[in-house]
Amino acid sequence: MLTIKGLKAVAGDTEILQGIDLTIGPGEVHAIMGTNGSGKSTLGHVLAGRDGYAVTAGDVDFLGKNLLDLDPEDRAREGLFLAFQYPVEIPGVSNMEFLKAAADAHAEYRGDEAPDAVSFMKKARELCTVADIDPSFLKRGVNEGFSGGEKKRNELLQMMLLEPRLAILDETDSGLDIDALKVVAAGVNEMRAADRSFIVITHYQRLLNYIEPDFVHVLSRGRIVKSGDKSLALELEEKGYGWVDQEVA
Amino acid sequence: MSEQIDNLIQKEYAAGFVTEIESDTLPPGLDEDVIRFISGRKNEPEWMLAWRLEAYRAWLKMVEPKWAHVSYPDIDFNAISYFSAPKSAADRPKSLDEIDPELKETYDKLGIPLHEQEMLAGVAVDAVFDSVSVATTFREKLKEAGVIFCSISEAIQEHPDLVRKYLGSVVPRKDNYYAALNSAVFSDGSFVYIPKGVSCPMELSTYFRINEAKTGQFERTLIVADEGSQVSYLEGCTAPMRDENQLHAAVVELVALDNATIKYSTVQNWYPGDAEGRGGIYNFVTKRGVAHTNAHISWTQVETGSAITMKYPSCILRGDNSVGEFYSVALSNNRQQADTGTKMVHLGKNTRSTIISKGISAGHGSNTYRGLVRMNPGATGARNYTQCDSLLIGDKCGAHTFPYIESKNPTAVVEHEATTSKVSDEQLFLCQQRGIDAEKAVSMIVNGFCKEVFRELPMEFAVEAGKLLEVSLEGSVG
Repeated sequence: MLTIKGLKAVAGDTEILQGIDLTIGPGEVHAIMGTNGSGKSTLGHVLAGRDGYAVTAGDVDFLGKNLLDLDPEDRAREGLFLAFQYPVEIPGVSNMEFLKAAADAHAEYRGDEAPDAVSFMKKARELCTVADIDPSFLKRGVNEGFSGGEKKRNELLQMMLLEPRLAILDETDSGLDIDALKVVAAGVNEMRAADRSFIVITHYQRLLNYIEPDFVHVLSRGRIVKSGDKSLALELEEKGYGWVDQEVA
Repeated sequence: MSEQIDNLIQKEYAAGFVTEIESDTLPPGLDEDVIRFISGRKNEPEWMLAWRLEAYRAWLKMVEPKWAHVSYPDIDFNAISYFSAPKSAADRPKSLDEIDPELKETYDKLGIPLHEQEMLAGVAVDAVFDSVSVATTFREKLKEAGVIFCSISEAIQEHPDLVRKYLGSVVPRKDNYYAALNSAVFSDGSFVYIPKGVSCPMELSTYFRINEAKTGQFERTLIVADEGSQVSYLEGCTAPMRDENQLHAAVVELVALDNATIKYSTVQNWYPGDAEGRGGIYNFVTKRGVAHTNAHISWTQVETGSAITMKYPSCILRGDNSVGEFYSVALSNNRQQADTGTKMVHLGKNTRSTIISKGISAGHGSNTYRGLVRMNPGATGARNYTQCDSLLIGDKCGAHTFPYIESKNPTAVVEHEATTSKVSDEQLFLCQQRGIDAEKAVSMIVNGFCKEVFRELPMEFAVEAGKLLEVSLEGSVG
């Protein structure tokens, strides 16, 4: 699904990713953990093609394509989805209009016909139920006046509609109360499939109680310093990140 | 990202081409003989010439207004030619088949296929090519309803009483510098009269086009809606690419008598100049309407063109319970400067006005809202609601708001809201991450921003306006 080799990236003069190696197979869920400033979110942004970072070394293969050669919108259309930590508001553009434009762009890229408006709206309303969103939110501006939890559930809605091959969840648990966390986790688990993979970026083990990872990686100073199974997350919770750093040193 | 934005704004003017038709053009310069020539060419009656000359003499004593938030080199009014007409105008075509084939082609490029206009659903077009109307359609059908829709030159010949009564009644000749100039030298324009109690059976539409190099165009439009009548008027404009500044100083007067409704919609797409600000139209227009008792005047404008715009479509709410509305989208890209807004002057009791202004600045553009709301002592119970929103795209553009509020009646209520927002990198990235390219994303965000104004436009115009914004912003994001 995704193979990252020796990925280095800078923001300005600062090297944030200092050689990442990571292979993600189809259907796998990988958790990436680490302290603030370890490069977790940067990894997600660099993979999605966010402006402001320069890749200085390394290769990223996504479904047989060189991901780093693609524009951000084409990475999305190839099936890469980034759920944002802080989803931004777009006033005046209704959620429905936004979702339809995204779905149309995906369809056009695949050479398919755009989904017809009626069945698309029906589908969007159905998914609102799964994401625990009031369908009236579809008429409101994108994330406009949404609470933190509503914004995260809206990200889930977008993910369910676009059906990506690889979803990167960037600190999806931050700012979520336990009920909203359960809804989002249930949505993600619902989407788990043999041909769909997830990267779950998080500080805390808590989220991983609900989304059970196949692999856990610890990121420190722009490198993966330790990998293991889900028990690693529990160990981190108990001993803290300092333990990993000491062990590596 | 701002580099990306810079790139998206670069887009050649799609309507930039010049039609080669021999024009009967007066050499540059302005004096009383020029005015006599213009008046003579149009076989105008003596009173019309006298009216023009008086305006000219007043203009000589006036000074150019400099208060607007725009800057441009001084205009040499003697370097402008004040009359230009396609040669074929001398013997006017009897039908659409007789018009110059090249002229027809020009309209085709603009998407106004004249020969198909008769089939266009319910829209009559009075096409102004340079200064003389060359084709008017649907006139017969309108005649049945008693509606007069013709060029102002024809109206002076055929309906002199109406013209004498109302011309200059809303915008007096000495109102301002450019209105005085227009009154002296106006070339042509449209005249509309809707008789008492008549709802105009179709939307009236005029396409203006400036073609001859260095020829300032001075249209004069007069719309009179008699008691209890209704009319919707559409004005759309585009001009060919030229390397020199062209002055455009039109005057539009609306008279809505008791219980009448006038809706005036404009889509303006004149040449804005190139990326460095060379060329482009100067659009210094005076538009004003008077609303009598229970009358309703609504201005809707989508302004994407011109290098410099100074334009304030206004309403004088003279009669009790009269209503004035102003809905505006103004876009300034590259080096464009727009200083636009409205005046709502409340004279009558319980008069109401609404102002919704959406300014969009991109590139090095500067967009200014300037508005006046005046509640006169007699305006008991009057209300105004004003909303001014500015949207910035990129980091080299500017937005300014100058609202003037004068309330001389303690019972009048004036509300003003203003916001400024920016199309952010985060918004664009969110769209791109969902597969929507940056250009489509900007157009979606801008269209969302303008929604309240677009829904005031007639349906086909709203679609056109959305498209126009998209074209005008193409290249403003990478």
